[in-house]
Amino acid sequence: MLELVVISTLNGVLFGMLLFLLSSGLTVIFSMMGVLNFAHASFYMLGAFFGFQLTKWIGFWPALVLAPLLVGAIGMAVERYGLRNTHKHGHVAELLLTFGLAFAIEEIVSMIWGKSPLDYRVPALLDFPAFTIFSTNYPAYKIFMLAVSIVIFVALLVVLKRTRVGLIVQAALTHPHMVGHLGHNVGRVFMAVFGVGSALAGLAGVIAGPALVTQSDMAASLGPILFVVIVFGGLGSLPGAFVASLVIGLVQTFAVALDGSLASAFGPLDPSAGPSVLADIWNVTIAQVAPIVPYMLLVLILIVRPMGLMGTRES
Amino acid sequence: MTTATTSTPNVTGKPAGGNLRFYGVWLIGVIALIVLPMIFSSGGSLTSFSLIGIAIVFALSYNILLGQTGLLSFGHAVHYGLGGFAACHMMNAVTSHGWPVPLPFIPLFGGIGGLVFAMIIGWVMTKRAGTVFAMISLGIGELVASSSLILRSVFGGESGVTTDRTALPKMFGWTFGPQLQVYYLIAFWLVLSAVAMYALTRTPLGRISNAVRDNPERVQFIGYDPHVVRYLAFCFAGFFAGIAGGLAAINFEIANSAYLGAIQSGLVLFSTFIGGTAYFFGPILGAILVTYLQLGLTSVTSVWQLYFGIIFIGIVMFSPGGIAGLVMMHRPLVRAGTLWTVIPSYLVAIVPTAALAFGVILTIETIARYSGGDAINLFGIGFKPTSPVTWISAAVLVVGGAFVARVTWRRIADAWDRAATVARDRGYLA
Repeated sequence: MLELVVISTLNGVLFGMLLFLLSSGLTVIFSMMGVLNFAHASFYMLGAFFGFQLTKWIGFWPALVLAPLLVGAIGMAVERYGLRNTHKHGHVAELLLTFGLAFAIEEIVSMIWGKSPLDYRVPALLDFPAFTIFSTNYPAYKIFMLAVSIVIFVALLVVLKRTRVGLIVQAALTHPHMVGHLGHNVGRVFMAVFGVGSALAGLAGVIAGPALVTQSDMAASLGPILFVVIVFGGLGSLPGAFVASLVIGLVQTFAVALDGSLASAFGPLDPSAGPSVLADIWNVTIAQVAPIVPYMLLVLILIVRPMGLMGTRES
Repeated sequence: MTTATTSTPNVTGKPAGGNLRFYGVWLIGVIALIVLPMIFSSGGSLTSFSLIGIAIVFALSYNILLGQTGLLSFGHAVHYGLGGFAACHMMNAVTSHGWPVPLPFIPLFGGIGGLVFAMIIGWVMTKRAGTVFAMISLGIGELVASSSLILRSVFGGESGVTTDRTALPKMFGWTFGPQLQVYYLIAFWLVLSAVAMYALTRTPLGRISNAVRDNPERVQFIGYDPHVVRYLAFCFAGFFAGIAGGLAAINFEIANSAYLGAIQSGLVLFSTFIGGTAYFFGPILGAILVTYLQLGLTSVTSVWQLYFGIIFIGIVMFSPGGIAGLVMMHRPLVRAGTLWTVIPSYLVAIVPTAALAFGVILTIETIARYSGGDAINLFGIGFKPTSPVTWISAAVLVVGGAFVARVTWRRIADAWDRAATVARDRGYLA
């Protein structure tokens, strides 16, 4: 049991940090531009596929740098040529544009790389067990992933809180017009933020690709969870996104690891006399419910606290 | 039917003549529905018509949310799917208990299925509009779609719930075995739901929904609760989506988890938006086009969804009013008699625009078929995806087409501005 708790906590924190790499970009883009970027998870997927392709051509380490840059460039192009032109039609049009993009990117990726999972391997340098805990070998690559996410997290914090650029970004979050009046190019700030957000998503894709499955449906399966994270944490709140990422990461990891059901917990109280729907609910294991746990949390938080964990605004 | 669903009163035209034209449009629609299967009587076209009819009901129900109330939902298929499951279970129950419920009433139970779920979940969902509603609808959609695979006794797991439409009590001696009879059943419900949904836009509720879409704060000032209005609109949308789901269940004689999924929700959003949300007939156009493309393209190319995505992005970026918006843009010009000044520049623009589209299609198909090596047959011209000739012609078409097309589009914009100025002078354009 202790083994399960330790390993699941490690995995959960890892998944949570990965979610934060994505949700941080999404949150900053949302609070700054008012655009909920539906294609954010697609940038993550592009990162994984670019990472795979570049690893094949030039090796993992150059790919780790190049793939996020590529994804960031694509993100900047999307902002400059897509969103900026759509802005005059309102937020719904912007949201729909990113929705269409997400759809198109998934189709393009499956057109080029196919629909089946790719053989994206952990680099040989990191392919060894980092430590053994309760007879389980914990892979070094996962420690590497954790380290990368923490480094990015700290770097993001420092840039936002301690530098001039971060100051401008924070100001543009709440008062874009005032920042413009002060002589800053708000359009360029938006483009840069969108680019950096996409690049972070791409980076998450490159490092997550070998550990999770690299497949053309990875954006569609992660995207909704990402939205749960930022609604759960509170729209536009970066600390909220951080807490929510960890919560969702841990909850989902533990749910997958646990193999209990209501039937195993309360065996003698079997409601087999009742309707079969009850029997379904009775016999389903927690692991089977794992995919819907985030959405149940979403409904719960909306009933209890509609602005999210740390959100301040209602909409 | 062509009246804008904005809250501006229709002041043009004499009331009597307006009425006649209004009923005329509906009557033509009904006659077309009756006559169509007599002209195109093959099995394939009957199936297509049935699918299009279902898609129209579904898209119209979606427009109650998106167009009328301004609620962007990414999970509308939930009501459609639950309606389908409700209809299937009802049909099976009718058969096994021998209740006297003939098949034509079954879609109503589908509608009730969609309505009940909308009533349960809607109150929490419609608390807020805008982006938050969009995300919640996405979450609920995923929740229901994933749950449907867990609750096997209700949703039948992967295989779904099957039923037999011919086993129900007969009405007017119709067995509903042949597709033709199913088509007429769908057409009947299509007309009924379309009339009901159009009537809904004319009611005070429909009007106040428009107001909630445009300015919820003012609606609050005049004493309405936007939350209640959104909730009611959501329930109506759920009901009609359920009817569409019930029709689908009758048509396919099965309901499975694909009905509820994100793909179905995305398709209805595409149809409604491509058709145009500002006019009542917009979603009808969109549903016809998208269903037709879907049926037509799947046999021609493996990447048909990509073309959908591109069309959708194009509409969002360049014509957010959809096809209906594009068509209705010309109305003041037609009235002012200045349309003929624009048409020549349209004709000029067709050639480079077609070249551009041709190039894009060639590029996509080349990439899609590169590894397979199947030949591309584009309007009778054969291309080999592996030969450099194809690549060069695709590149030339895309670059050259885009370059020339931009020039011609600018000419259209100029001609349009001149025509619109004249129309404005003559008092036909606000």
